[in-house]
Amino acid sequence: MLRFLPQSIMLALSQIWVNKGRAILTSLGIIIGVASVTAVIAGMTGLKTHVLDQFADFGANKVYVFPRNSREAREAGYSYHDIRMNMDEVDGMLDKCPSLARLTPMGEFYTPVSYGERSQSNVMVTGMRPDWHRIEGRSVIEGREFLPIDEQAKRQVCIVNDKAIDELRLPRTVVGEYLLVGGRRFQIVGVVETKEVGALFGGDRAETEIFIPHSTAWKMREPGLYVIAQTSSPDVTEEARAEIEFFMRQARGLHADDPDTFGVEFIEQYVEQFKQMAKVMTGVAMGIVGVSLLVGGIGIMNIMLVSVSERTREIGLRKAVGARPGVVLFQFLIEAITLCCVGGAVGVLLGQGLTLLISRGGGGLQDAYIPPWAIVMAFGFSAFVGVAFGMFPAIKAARLDPIEALRHE
Amino acid sequence: MVIELEKLTKVYKVGVEEIHALRSMDLAIGENEFVAVMGASGSGKSTLMNIIGCLDRPTGGRYNLTGKRTDRMGAAELARVRNEHIGFVFQSFELLPRTTALGNVAMPLVYSRKRWGGRRRRAKQALVRVGLEDRIRHRPNQLSGGEKQRVAIARAIVNQPSILLADEPTGNLDSATTVEITKLFTQLHADGQTVIIVTHEEDVAAHTQRIIRLRDGMIISDCPTSEDPMHIAAVERAYESARAAREAVSNNGGNGAAANGGDESC
Ligand SMILES: Nc1ncnc2c1ncn2[C@@H]1O[C@H](COP(=O)(O)OP(=O)(O)OP(=O)(O)O)[C@@H](O)[C@H]1O
Ligand SMILES: [Mg+2]
Repeated sequence: MLRFLPQSIMLALSQIWVNKGRAILTSLGIIIGVASVTAVIAGMTGLKTHVLDQFADFGANKVYVFPRNSREAREAGYSYHDIRMNMDEVDGMLDKCPSLARLTPMGEFYTPVSYGERSQSNVMVTGMRPDWHRIEGRSVIEGREFLPIDEQAKRQVCIVNDKAIDELRLPRTVVGEYLLVGGRRFQIVGVVETKEVGALFGGDRAETEIFIPHSTAWKMREPGLYVIAQTSSPDVTEEARAEIEFFMRQARGLHADDPDTFGVEFIEQYVEQFKQMAKVMTGVAMGIVGVSLLVGGIGIMNIMLVSVSERTREIGLRKAVGARPGVVLFQFLIEAITLCCVGGAVGVLLGQGLTLLISRGGGGLQDAYIPPWAIVMAFGFSAFVGVAFGMFPAIKAARLDPIEALRHE
Repeated sequence: MVIELEKLTKVYKVGVEEIHALRSMDLAIGENEFVAVMGASGSGKSTLMNIIGCLDRPTGGRYNLTGKRTDRMGAAELARVRNEHIGFVFQSFELLPRTTALGNVAMPLVYSRKRWGGRRRRAKQALVRVGLEDRIRHRPNQLSGGEKQRVAIARAIVNQPSILLADEPTGNLDSATTVEITKLFTQLHADGQTVIIVTHEEDVAAHTQRIIRLRDGMIISDCPTSEDPMHIAAVERAYESARAAREAVSNNGGNGAAANGGDESC
């Protein structure tokens, strides 16, 4: 039967070409259905890309491990002091949790900072390791990043953000200047961009930030610790969680019925929630499309019935010269499918136009685009409608008696 | 025998009424015969042709085509038989209007199981055989009636059928074109083709070898053309009227054209 395919498609296309106007009108349902669903999917995809980009800015595959004095822990008699993280836990975690690619301890404290005459009384100073740049995706825009040697030698070097330059009235070329941090002289080695925390994460307060090597901070203060780690891939979050929890409970000698005295949280949790929502919305859009394709399908069936009755003599002739009923069925089925797929193609083009319009609107939709799977799906649905609604007219054509068909009109 | 009919009947039911279009017909037609089927309107000629052409099924009796029984065949098998063994020429040509002569002729090849070496080449050869090599790209509306029927004949012979059937092929044509088309059938017969042709015209029948006459679904006469009494009588009548016309012309001493006569018959 497949050997009739090319010729059936050619015949179907020429048939559609002869009845252009009629073909467009009848496949309007499919065109509109496909156009609207591709536009909706494009919008959702754009929104998703936008939101995921924000997450990525925030740090992809990121895990926070921090001391948590939960209600159970408090009831079990733990104080904040008891549950502080120590450096053994930090260093052990990377060894014992193979799903983690890298991590950095974070030690934050507030202290006065001054540059010459200018000073701020309460600036957040963060002690971190060089891997922080990778995990947070924050590389320097001037000077250099922290190096392992800074950490090992407990150097008194610091990295500042843009905001600090403004607040402390630092000169244009800050690298090489000295700041007084907590009474010690720190040389500025690099500048990082001030991070605009996305509105999604509840912040656009930009503050002065000073970063120093973690070992240096530890030597100065032994500040409270938490850990930011990164998993080796987004697929291993569950493993990573299990590994971290197992490791921490073991390191802290917690028994089976003791409560956790720490927390493990993944950025991905929120991503998952968003993806779930996007899925639901896409599903709803598909439902709408299903209905419009059904309506479109009825139009297709109608026009195919008209086509069969218009071409009764032709069908009779083809049968008379040896077209088997199956071949006639195949030909009309292909014609219905072709009609639907042409409608689908027009729909995708229209959807592309709508998508361009949507993306002008902005508001997270500027990244709207039709993903390839949506195009494949559009054609799949169209072809399905062609088969489902073209079957009845095709069977009718296949069953025609050659003599009666030739006598028609 | 190419065609063997045994007690073949065809009954049409219209409401409660039964129309016996063919009544217990026995007939055998051999290879490379050239047969005319004649009879009054409604005598069952088309019904017979449709059954022979496997377009229709008999109500009773047997029909063997090239030795094979056709009454047990399904729709698909009959389609295959039509494709491989039958070439059918219709009174109203039945060409696809938007398709070129070549495309029309090539159509049966599309449904053929045989792997013909190049459909276009074969279709072109068939068009050459009917003398239309310079009308290959014409569409039916760009062809005369005679040319259309030639295309239809080319389409009928393109698959090299066992029999060529023509149901009043000249019914829609003028007398000059009728002569051309009749000559074409004669030529095809001379090339070895078995031909069965339904006609009302003794002029057309005159080219055949055998005339089968039907009345009310029965064969009332079946003999060689040269021995068919009705045909001989008709030819003589035509000859007489032609001579009368000639004499009338010469008596008047005029220079009128010769009348069309059947005087070219056996
Ligand atoms: N589909 C049909 N239903 C009912 N009766 C039919 C049908 N086809 C033919 N008949 C009848 O069968 C008889 C034979 O018809 P057929 O068409 O074979 O005649 P014919 O010899 O070809 O006549 P003509 O020279 O006018 O073409 C006629 O009485 C006709 O009315
Ligand atoms: Mg007839």
